[in-house]
Amino acid sequence: MRILVLLPLAWLAACNSGGPAPARLTGGDIKQGKLLLAQYQCGVCHQITGVAAARGQLAPPLDSFGQRSYIAGSLPNTPQMLARWLIDPASLKPGTSMPAMGVSEEDARHMAAYLYSLP
Amino acid sequence: MTGPQQSALHPAGPDAEVIAQLAWVLTGGAAVVFAGVLVLCVLGLRRQRTVHVRWWLWGGGIALPVLVLSALLAFSTLRSAQLSEPSSQHALKIAVVARLWWWEVRYTHPGGGEDIVLANEIRLPVGQPVYLGLSSADVIHSFWVPALAGKVDMVPGRLHGMTLQADRAGVYRAQCAEYCGEQHARMALHVVAQSPQEFAAWLTAQARPAQVGEGALLAAGRRAFEQQRCGACHVVRGVSEGAAGRPAGEGGIGPDLTHVGSRLYIGAGTLRNDRGALAAWIANPHAVKPGVRMPSSADMDGETLRALAAYLEQLK
Repeated sequence: MRILVLLPLAWLAACNSGGPAPARLTGGDIKQGKLLLAQYQCGVCHQITGVAAARGQLAPPLDSFGQRSYIAGSLPNTPQMLARWLIDPASLKPGTSMPAMGVSEEDARHMAAYLYSLP
Repeated sequence: MTGPQQSALHPAGPDAEVIAQLAWVLTGGAAVVFAGVLVLCVLGLRRQRTVHVRWWLWGGGIALPVLVLSALLAFSTLRSAQLSEPSSQHALKIAVVARLWWWEVRYTHPGGGEDIVLANEIRLPVGQPVYLGLSSADVIHSFWVPALAGKVDMVPGRLHGMTLQADRAGVYRAQCAEYCGEQHARMALHVVAQSPQEFAAWLTAQARPAQVGEGALLAAGRRAFEQQRCGACHVVRGVSEGAAGRPAGEGGIGPDLTHVGSRLYIGAGTLRNDRGALAAWIANPHAVKPGVRMPSSADMDGETLRALAAYLEQLK
C-alpha cells in the first residue's frame, strides 16, 4: 500500500527541474575559477553572480549556467565544449563577438567549474 | 606590491613623506588634546573639589594652548617649507592636459622630433625629479597622486607646475581631485615608476611609430579602424594620423592610440587593458563609463569587433 503512495512522489522528484544544477565533472576548482573569471574581466560583458564587478550588460548573464542546454545558443553544454568555448570561442562559432582571451586549458576548466556551480 | 597604490599614508616620494608625517603629527596632536580635555571633563564631573580658577584660566586656558598650538604650528610651517618648489630645472619634463574625462600626457622627443603623446599613464624613472606642466582643456580638474605628492589644480587657461619624485618602483594610481562632471570618479591615471634603464627603453619604444604585426586578423582590424572612422578622433602614429587639417603632433579629440596596447588600463583607469576589455569598450563605452564622449560602434559584426580589439591590443 505504502509503495503506491511513494511511487508518484519518486516520479515527481525525478522530474524536478528547479533543483540544484547537476554536478558536472570539469576537474576544475570552483574557487580558483571565481578568481580567474575576475582576472580575465569576464564581468565587463557578462553578469556573473559572486564574481567581483561582474555586472556587464553586453553579453548574456551567466546565472544557472549548469541548467542550460546550449552554450551561446547552439553548442551542447558539456564540460569539454565549455572549456573549448572559453579558450577560443570563434573556432566554434565564427561570427561571435567574444574574443579569445588567451585562456589556458587548466584555467578554462577552473572557470567552467565555477560557472557550473552557479545556482 | 599588489595592484596600484593610491594612499597618502603609504608615501613613495619625498613630498608625500612630508605630507604623511604632517598628517600623523597633527592628527596625533589633536587626538592628545582631545583625550586630555575628555579626562579633565570626567574628573570634573565625578568629584566635587575646589577649583583654582586663576590657575586653570591662565595655565589651561592660555599658557597650554599657546605652547601646544605654537609647537604644532612651528612644526607644520617648517616641515611644509621642505616641500619641493615646482621647478623644471634638471628635471624630466612631462606635460599633462586634463580633459573630460581623461588625461593627455606628452613627453619631449629625446631626439628632437615631435612630442610623444600618450594617455592616462605617466612613466617616470625612480629617484629622479620630474616636472609636470599641468593644464586643462575644458573645466577645472585637479592632479593628485596621493602616494607621490600633494594636489595641484588644473585651471583652464593657466599652466600649473609641480615637481614630484618616486623613490620606489611601483604603480601609483592618480585620481582627478576636483569634481569635473559625470565621470569625475572614472578619471584616473596610473604613474608607473621604473628603473632609469627600463624607463629609457620604454620612452624609445613610445617614440617609434606604431608597429603593426602580420596576419589576417590584424589586417582586418586595421581595416575596421579605418572603416569605423576611429581616426576621426584617435591618432595612431605612422598608420592613421587623424583628421585632415590638424597640425602634426596636435593629437586628436580622443586619446592617442599609437601604443595603446602597452598601457595598463583603458578608459582613464576604468578597465584593465586586455583584448576583451577593448572589445567591450568599443562595442559600448557607455555601458562601462556612461556619458563618455566616444560613441558606441555601430553595425559592427562580432568578427570585425574581435579583429579591431586584437589590432589595438598588439599596438604595444
